[in-house]
Amino acid sequence: MVDKIIIENLSLQYSDGTESLRGVSMEIRQNAVTVLFGPAGGGKSTLLRCLNRLNDLTEVKASSGRILIDGENILDPKTDVIALRRKVGMVFARPVTLPMSIRENIIYGLELMGEKRKSKLDEAVERSLKLSAIWDEIKDRLDEPAIALSGGQQQRVCLARVLALQPEIVLLDEPTSGLDPISTGKVEAALLELKKEYTVILVPHSVQQAARTADHAAFFLTGELIEYGDGKTLFTNPKQKKTEDYVMGRFG
Amino acid sequence: MMTKFLSRNRHTVQRLGFSVITLVAVFTVLPIIGTVIYILVKGGSAISWEFLSGFPHDGMRAGGILPAIIGTLYLTLGTAVFSVPLGIAAAIYLSEYARDNQVTRLIRLAIINLAGIPSVVYGLFGLGLFVLFLQFGTSILAASLTLSIMTLPVIISTSEEALRAVPQSFRTVSISLGATRWQTISRIILKEALPGILTGVILGLERAAGETAPILFTGAAFFLPRLPHSAFDATMALPYHLFVISTQVPEMPIQIQYGTALVLLVFVLTMNVIATVIRSRARARRQW
Amino acid sequence: MEKSLSWREFIITRLIQASGYSAILFVALIFFFLLREGLPTLSEVDASSLLNFRWYPIESYFGILPLITGSLVVTLGAALIAVPFGIGTAVYISEIAPRWMREILKPLVELLGGLPSVVLGFLGILVLSPFLRVFLDLPTGLTAFTGSLLLGGIAVPTVVSVAEDALDSVPRAYREGAWALGATKWQTIWRVTLPAAKSGVLTAVMLGVGRAIGETMTVMMVTGNAPVLATSLGSLFSPVRTMTATIAAEMGEVANGSTHYHVLFFIGMVLFIISLVVNVIASSVVFRAKKRAERILS
Repeated sequence: MVDKIIIENLSLQYSDGTESLRGVSMEIRQNAVTVLFGPAGGGKSTLLRCLNRLNDLTEVKASSGRILIDGENILDPKTDVIALRRKVGMVFARPVTLPMSIRENIIYGLELMGEKRKSKLDEAVERSLKLSAIWDEIKDRLDEPAIALSGGQQQRVCLARVLALQPEIVLLDEPTSGLDPISTGKVEAALLELKKEYTVILVPHSVQQAARTADHAAFFLTGELIEYGDGKTLFTNPKQKKTEDYVMGRFG
Repeated sequence: MMTKFLSRNRHTVQRLGFSVITLVAVFTVLPIIGTVIYILVKGGSAISWEFLSGFPHDGMRAGGILPAIIGTLYLTLGTAVFSVPLGIAAAIYLSEYARDNQVTRLIRLAIINLAGIPSVVYGLFGLGLFVLFLQFGTSILAASLTLSIMTLPVIISTSEEALRAVPQSFRTVSISLGATRWQTISRIILKEALPGILTGVILGLERAAGETAPILFTGAAFFLPRLPHSAFDATMALPYHLFVISTQVPEMPIQIQYGTALVLLVFVLTMNVIATVIRSRARARRQW
Repeated sequence: MEKSLSWREFIITRLIQASGYSAILFVALIFFFLLREGLPTLSEVDASSLLNFRWYPIESYFGILPLITGSLVVTLGAALIAVPFGIGTAVYISEIAPRWMREILKPLVELLGGLPSVVLGFLGILVLSPFLRVFLDLPTGLTAFTGSLLLGGIAVPTVVSVAEDALDSVPRAYREGAWALGATKWQTIWRVTLPAAKSGVLTAVMLGVGRAIGETMTVMMVTGNAPVLATSLGSLFSPVRTMTATIAAEMGEVANGSTHYHVLFFIGMVLFIISLVVNVIASSVVFRAKKRAERILS
C-alpha cells in the first residue's frame, strides 16, 4: 500500500472568521476508497477543496501546513494548479452539467488541454461513460443537452467528465445527496470499480454510505480529525467516544 | 388608534386609494402611447421612397433625409465599435475578477457618475478632448467617441447583471476541470450571459442613436449635400436634423418635420423592441 | 503550448482589468477638461459680474444667476410632476397591478425612457405649447412650465424604475406581518411598505431630479430661451433659459478660447459638480440601505 497523499498539520481559516480546519494530519492510500465523514461544518468539504486548490476561489484568510501529492507540496504558490486539477478531479454534491450537450460536457476538460483529435475524444467519451456505468443508457443521445437527463444520470455524466481527463485522484463531495436509492446504488457501484485505477476520496451523505464504501475512514468534528483508521474497524469498533457516539447516531 | 385602524370605512379608503393610484399610473402611461401613436399618424403620410432615399434640397424644405439616416447609422455603429468591447470587458472585470475593496467601490462610483453627467457636458468634454486637443475635428470619430463614453455605464451595468445571473456552480465546475478563469468566461459564462448583454448593448446604443446634445459640437453637420467620406468627416444625424428643421429653418413644411420625427422614433423603437424581445425570449428558454 | 496559454491569459486579464479601471479614468478626464477650459473664467471675469443677473455675452455680461434660477425653476416644476406620478406608478406596478398589467407597464415606462428628448421637444413646440398658450391664456406657450411638464415626463422612468426596485426589495414578510395584524393592503402600503423602502424612494427622487437638471434638448426647444432672473413663482409661466440650454445654444457660435467659450465650460463644470454631488449622495443612500437590509436578514 502506497501513500498517495500526505497531509501535514493543515489548518485553514476563512475570511469571515470561521475556522475550518485545525491541525489535520493524515495519509491517504492509493487505489482505495477513503471516506471523510462527520457532521456538517466539520471541515470535510474544505479538505477536499484544498486537495485540488479549489479553495483558491474562496476568500481564505490564513492557511498553514503542507499537502504532499506524490511527494510534492501542492500548496506551494509555484504549483501549476491547472495540471493539479487535471490530476485531482472533483464531483460535487449537486450534479452540475455545463449548458451544452452530453458529449461536449465529457470532452470539455480535454478540449481545454488542446486535444482536437476526434478519435481520441470519442474514445475518451466511451471509456469514461462506461466506467461511470451510464454508457448503455445514453450512448444514443450523446448530442442532446445534458440538462435533459435525470439527476442520477447527470451525476454519472459529471463523474465521467472527471474520468475523461484520466486523473489519478477522484474527489467526491456527497455525490449522491440529491439522488434516489437506485441511482445512489449505481454511483456507489461505479466507485468500487474506480478504486482499481484511481485513488478515491469520498465525503458520503450518510454514515450508512460511509460504512458501505469505506476502505479507510476519517471522522471529522469541528475542523479536527478525531479518528482515522481502517474502514471496517472504525465503524464496528471505534476507539474514540465521539466517533462511537456519532456512528451510533447519538448526535449529528 | 385601534378603532381607527379597524374602522369600517377603511375598505372604502382602500378602494378610493387604489383608484387614485391606478389613475396616476394611467395618466403616466397614456401620454407615452399617445405620443407614439400621434407621431406615427402625423408622420405616416410623409414617408415615401424619395423621402427615405433622397437628399434634402431647397434649403431642406424638400427632398429626403437620406444623409441624416445614414449619419445616425454611422454614429451608432461608431459608438458600438468603442463602447461594446470596452463596456463588456469592464463588466467582466467587475463580475468575475474584482474583489470587494476600495478600488472596486471607486470604479462603481465612477460608473454611477458617468451615468448621471448631463449629455451636454459630454458634448463639452468631447469638444475639449477629441475635437480640439486630439485634433480629430468635428467628425464622426469625435462624436462616436463622445457617445461611447456616455453609453458605457448602461452597457457595463446591464452586462454585469447578466454575468452575475449565471450560476456560480458553472464557474466552480469549469475551474475544477482545469480551465483557467478566462477559458471559463469565454467558453461558458459569456455564452450564457449573451442575451442579457445584448439587451444592455442595444439599450445603450438606442440612447446614443437618439441623443443630440453630445454631438452638437463634436460631429453634427447642419447640412451636407453628400454622404460623409471618412470617419474624419462631419455628418448629418436624425436627432440633430429634427432639431434643426423644427427650430432653425423658417417656413419648414410640417410634413417633413413629422416624417423626420417618425423615422427617428421608428429607428429607436425598433432597437427597444428587439432588446425587449431578446430579453423575454432568453428568460423563457433559460434552463438554470 | 501551456506557456503561450498562460501568456495569453495574462494579457487578457490585464486588458480586462484596464477596462474596469477605465471608468475612473473617464470621470477624471471629463473633470480635467472641464477645469482646463472652464477655470480661466475666474481670471477673465470677476466674481461679482459672474454672480450678476444679466446674461448678455455679446456685450460681455456674463451673469450666470438667471441661468441657474432658470434651471432651478424648470427642475422644481419637473420634480413636482415626476415625484407624484413616478412614485404613484411605481406603487401601482409593484403593489397593486395584476401580473399581466405589470408585464405591459414596465416595458412601456422603459420606452418613455428611450424616447429621444428631441422628439419630445419637437412635440412640445408643435402641440403642447400652442395648447398651453390658449388654455392658460399666456402671451407665449414657450415657458418654464412647458419645459417642466416635458422634463417631468423625462424624469418619470428614472423615478419609476428605481422606486419600483426599492419597493420590490421590501421583504414579503413585512407585508404578510401587517396583513396578519388585520391591516388592509392600502394601510400596508402606506404604513409598512413605503416607509420600509424610504431610502430607495428618496434615491429615486434624487436621480430623477438629477436627470431633469441635466436634460438639454427639450428645455432648449420649449422654454423660450430668455435669460431672465426668476424671482417668483410667476416665472414658471414666462420664458426662461437653463444652464444646459445656454451651453447647447451658444457653444456652436463662440470662438475657441474666448471668454464666452470659457464661461460656457465653467457652466458645464457647475453642472458636472451638481450631478457629482447628487449621485454621490444617492449612491451612499443606496449603500447604507443595502447594509441595513443585510443586517436585518442575517
